[in-house]
Amino acid sequence: MELIWSGLVEAFKMIIQLDNEVLQITLLTLKVCFISTFISTLIGLPAGMVLAFKNFAGKQLLLLIVHAGMGLPPVVAGLWVTMFLWRSGPLGDLQWLFTPQAIVAAQVVVSLPIIISLTYSAFKKIDYALILQIKSLGPTTVQKVYLYIKEARFGIMAAIMAGLGRVLAEVGAAMMVGGNLRGETRILTTAMVMEVSRGNFHIALALSFILMAIALIITFILLHLQQRRFTP
Amino acid sequence: MKKRWASLIATGAALVLASGCGNTSAGQESGFDTGGEMILATTTSTYDTGLLDELIPVFEEETGVNVKIIAVGSGQALAMGEEGEADALLAHAPEAEEELEADGKVINRHRVMHNDFIVAGPDIDPAGISGLPVEEAFAELANQNGLFFSRGDDSGTHKKELDIWSFAGTESVFDNYKETGQGMGDTLRIASEREGYTLTDRGTYLFQKENLDNLAVLNEGDESLENIYHVMQVSPDLSEKINEEAAEAFVDFFLSEETQSFIKTFGEEEWGQPLFFIN
Repeated sequence: MELIWSGLVEAFKMIIQLDNEVLQITLLTLKVCFISTFISTLIGLPAGMVLAFKNFAGKQLLLLIVHAGMGLPPVVAGLWVTMFLWRSGPLGDLQWLFTPQAIVAAQVVVSLPIIISLTYSAFKKIDYALILQIKSLGPTTVQKVYLYIKEARFGIMAAIMAGLGRVLAEVGAAMMVGGNLRGETRILTTAMVMEVSRGNFHIALALSFILMAIALIITFILLHLQQRRFTP
Repeated sequence: MKKRWASLIATGAALVLASGCGNTSAGQESGFDTGGEMILATTTSTYDTGLLDELIPVFEEETGVNVKIIAVGSGQALAMGEEGEADALLAHAPEAEEELEADGKVINRHRVMHNDFIVAGPDIDPAGISGLPVEEAFAELANQNGLFFSRGDDSGTHKKELDIWSFAGTESVFDNYKETGQGMGDTLRIASEREGYTLTDRGTYLFQKENLDNLAVLNEGDESLENIYHVMQVSPDLSEKINEEAAEAFVDFFLSEETQSFIKTFGEEEWGQPLFFIN
């Protein structure tokens, strides 16, 4: 109990003193997670939409893979991304291993299936009568896409939240591809693992409070956005 | 409503762009510096004690090299060297290192420091091994089926432990022999919580001591418990991406008088004794 309390005190101290290292780790965490979720949304939203509305060969297989991918263990993603980014690997020339770009890549792999899958479900849930109605108005493709997104926005927002939640909480892949480099690729979760292995529980606890606070604030903002859009 | 969506997307895009630019310019900066980038694969024991946190910034300052420290077990560090995925190595698995050296995969290998391994265990010492020569202590543990935690991760410490089992003339196959598969700090804490024995390097033990209840040093001082660290360069023939100059500078840096005298006193103030000794 005392440890939790001292962790809380330490966390407040760190935040109030704006400890440079903690601030840097926190900002990097936010940056990496936002970028990876943004990229996943950018790819996942259209992909989910295509899967929901278009028919093509291999669609069932693709759906199976995407749904299964929701449960992809981050460590597996980390291992594969690492092997691709090795100096001797196919993407070795990028020199991305142990950089924030590598973490973003791994986290996109982890969050993309979640976002595709959940946006797919969101589009699928649109009332068929409504789809017919929209089509009968003879909209342009852009208008059609806009209306579909508008109809499915609730589910889309949930998909983005789920993706963001996953990457914020993720540690295995970030550790493997990022290497937990001080000042470069150390994010809140990998820093916590390191502090625990060094026996610095109070620092790890402090970091955990920061991470939880971030999760809370982001969820609050997104929920707020979602609810506001829901009222007429 | 439309505006809000638009602003949300615009903010996101701006974020990506800003950070994207930030990343590339940072990468270029270090890329064009005199020393460039270098990957140092190192044992967890040197990293977890904080020694490298002190030394690396000095080296970076002196040479302009940006060092990426990847802290893993010696086994993985050596494997990274073998594949040309690291530029320099700091390890404490002399036999495995010698093999790599013989194959020409690592070059310029030098002994830089040492400390010793110790057997840590519950201070009530249920197996009664305290003070025995380490081989006898291990044999005793195997006979009595004592609770022993091995790192089991192919690290230098793990290799040393396996050596001792074989010197002790027994094998590490008894019911209470458990592999944690984790680094030294974690393994020590597991041993402490579960009241078991383990082999550890002294540095990590001292560093973690305040988190370890009722865990005492039971065996120490045997010649076979010497723990020797070597620094080495990965052969530039393995990959054209290897930063040979930086790795060579790193080896020189570790052997320099200033570094050696720093290592000699590192930890004295905080733990009452140095964590490493120079040669």
